[in-house]
Amino acid sequence: MSKLGLIIKREYLAKVRNRSFVIMTFLSPILMVGMVVLIAYLTKINDSETRVVGVLNESVFYSTDFGSTESMSFVIFEDVSLEQAKDSVINQNFYGLLYLPEGGTAEEVANSAFLYTKEAPISGVVDRLDGIFRDRLRQQRLLELGVTPAEFASIDTDFQLRTETFEGERNLKGLNELKAFIGGGFGYLIMMFIIIYGGFVMRSVIEEKTSRIIEVIISSVKPFQLMMGKIIGTSLAGLTQFAIWIFSASLLLFAIMSFMGLESQALESAAVMPGPGVSELSAMNPAGSEMQLYANELMRIPWVMLIFFFMVYFVLGYLIYSSIYAAIGAAVDNETDTQQFIFPIILPLMLAIYVGFFSVFGNPHGPIAVGFSLFPLTSPIVMLMRLPGGLGEGGVPIWQLVLSIFLLLVTFIGIVWLAAKIYRVGILMYGKKASYKELFKWLKY
Amino acid sequence: MNPILVADRVTKRYGTNFALNNVSLEIPSNSIYGLLGPNGAGKTTLIRIINQITYPDSGKILFGGEPLLPHHVSMIGYLPEERGLYKSMKVGEQALYLAQLKGLPKAEAKKRLLYWFERLQIGDWWNKKIQELSKGMAQKIQFIVTVLHEPKLLIFDEPFSGFDPINANIIKEEILHLKERGTSIIFSTHRMESVEEICEYIALLHNAEKILDGKLSDIKKEYKNNVFTVGMIAQKGDEILKELSERFQISASSYDPLESQVEFKVKLPSPDTGSFLKHLSSKGTVNSFVETIPSANDIFIKTVQSKSTHE
Repeated sequence: MSKLGLIIKREYLAKVRNRSFVIMTFLSPILMVGMVVLIAYLTKINDSETRVVGVLNESVFYSTDFGSTESMSFVIFEDVSLEQAKDSVINQNFYGLLYLPEGGTAEEVANSAFLYTKEAPISGVVDRLDGIFRDRLRQQRLLELGVTPAEFASIDTDFQLRTETFEGERNLKGLNELKAFIGGGFGYLIMMFIIIYGGFVMRSVIEEKTSRIIEVIISSVKPFQLMMGKIIGTSLAGLTQFAIWIFSASLLLFAIMSFMGLESQALESAAVMPGPGVSELSAMNPAGSEMQLYANELMRIPWVMLIFFFMVYFVLGYLIYSSIYAAIGAAVDNETDTQQFIFPIILPLMLAIYVGFFSVFGNPHGPIAVGFSLFPLTSPIVMLMRLPGGLGEGGVPIWQLVLSIFLLLVTFIGIVWLAAKIYRVGILMYGKKASYKELFKWLKY
Repeated sequence: MNPILVADRVTKRYGTNFALNNVSLEIPSNSIYGLLGPNGAGKTTLIRIINQITYPDSGKILFGGEPLLPHHVSMIGYLPEERGLYKSMKVGEQALYLAQLKGLPKAEAKKRLLYWFERLQIGDWWNKKIQELSKGMAQKIQFIVTVLHEPKLLIFDEPFSGFDPINANIIKEEILHLKERGTSIIFSTHRMESVEEICEYIALLHNAEKILDGKLSDIKKEYKNNVFTVGMIAQKGDEILKELSERFQISASSYDPLESQVEFKVKLPSPDTGSFLKHLSSKGTVNSFVETIPSANDIFIKTVQSKSTHE
């Protein structure tokens, strides 16, 4: 076996046999599924809580408008003063008291109405009450204009604009978001992987320094070989872990779903991406044909292309970042000294995720999205958010993809070269507190 | 015999500091070579260059007559000053890994390991983790790992620091045994007295420069300055000492009237001791007369001093 192969094998086994790795591998899916179930459960509780609002209506209007719903119910007070009503609302621990004073017109009443609550009211309650007044007032004015309630009801429609591309393909509302969500899932995966396994690489380097074995090893192999072996071995361990997770998580999810008989819909909406996109959208548009369209669109997302480029960006992005992590590990003597160096590398990752979610979702091909998908430290995440929209016309222009990968490759070579230099010097430095200035000096050794 | 290793005007700097300045050395085959000098003299840098861990800014290294190349690492065994092993890895597995990195096939490595484990009586450690072993035990493993691939050149950086006296002795014996079987050995240390007795050749490094090298016995010959330690029995020892000190440089003198024992050191003007001994014999009975050979430490200090006065 080649030396690199030996190193990869050792690093892999050292990682995989580690007790905490084994525990994490088997505990995580349970935690993950537990979390999903918990979220689904909490969401249900949250929805089912009914808020009781007392209504003291001294006017002649709105008397029929306060109908209870699942999330809100009303208790109508009669023949009591405002103070008495307030007291009894507090005593009975109602959510609040809506007070409608006397008034000549519905409008007058609405304008002088008040909601009293213990704390600032949540927006759901206020929106609902606003809506009651708004609907009533609108109806009132329409009546004044000569529109009957029946006519009004027939006017009120649920309308959605249908859109098409110039080629005549039907577009669906929220499809860009959905696609970005899928890409975002991939991007998020890359970020998590980099942060977790980059950290492992770093700790492994520090361990070799503190156990003083490093010089024994680099008298046999090149520091670069050791660094790459470590990065590759650790990431293979990570991939193993991911594979186990995906497999066992889906197994568990399936088991729990069939065991508890929970609606898959409820689970999905709380589950990992891209689940929420799908179920939310289908919930909004329950019509079968729409669902079919979304399903078709999902099928039309170029999965093969996406997974291929996921691999490309994943490998390059991970190698760039983990070699920086390796260099950091080499530069310090113990883990507590790493903080000052870690923040600057997590920063672009966070930036990529946030820019991705806020900017790429809205407009996958806008200038910000394009810029960040070209910039090498963010492109692995941002470009993957754009790619589900397709390549070429209507999607990511080929030149952007090529340029992005080219820049990433150049950066990869540059960063690995720099990191290897720092690594080479750093692993033999003991007791020296590394500063950025010091690191810069090492580059010239 | 051809030198196993030649360093030819090797220079290495870190920033503006010289770690090695134009250092040339020849390390003869099948010898024990002491690389001596205080901390920071450049010993470790030179050793790292030989191990191709770092590279010289200028100058070259020849290994067995060939320019030093990556494949030579399999012919060198190196025990660094900063040494250790993977703490959570099992002894056998770890030794196999390190041996394979040196290019040994797995089966062969295992065979040799079993031989060494037997030899140093540590056979039952194979499945123990390093963290379960004592420091002395771990160092035996470290030694085995260093010599397992039967290198032509063995380099020990501060070899006996951290070894307890018993283990240090075992290791010393093993090193001498390896030398008998044809291995060339470099000892690098700042504790010069610790290796003096086993080194045939030495080089002294100071402030990144080589200030002295050669066969230890030759160097000592060169540096001995006709100082002799004398013991004699004489009645009027104090008078004899007084008389002698008028004619010679006398130091460390003592006289015990009860035993009539006189002891002193004398520096003679020439290596010829005949007339001086005759003179002494006329005064009493000489019962010891030994030439004082300077230690490597003395030589080092002397050389450094003479260097700095020249400058």
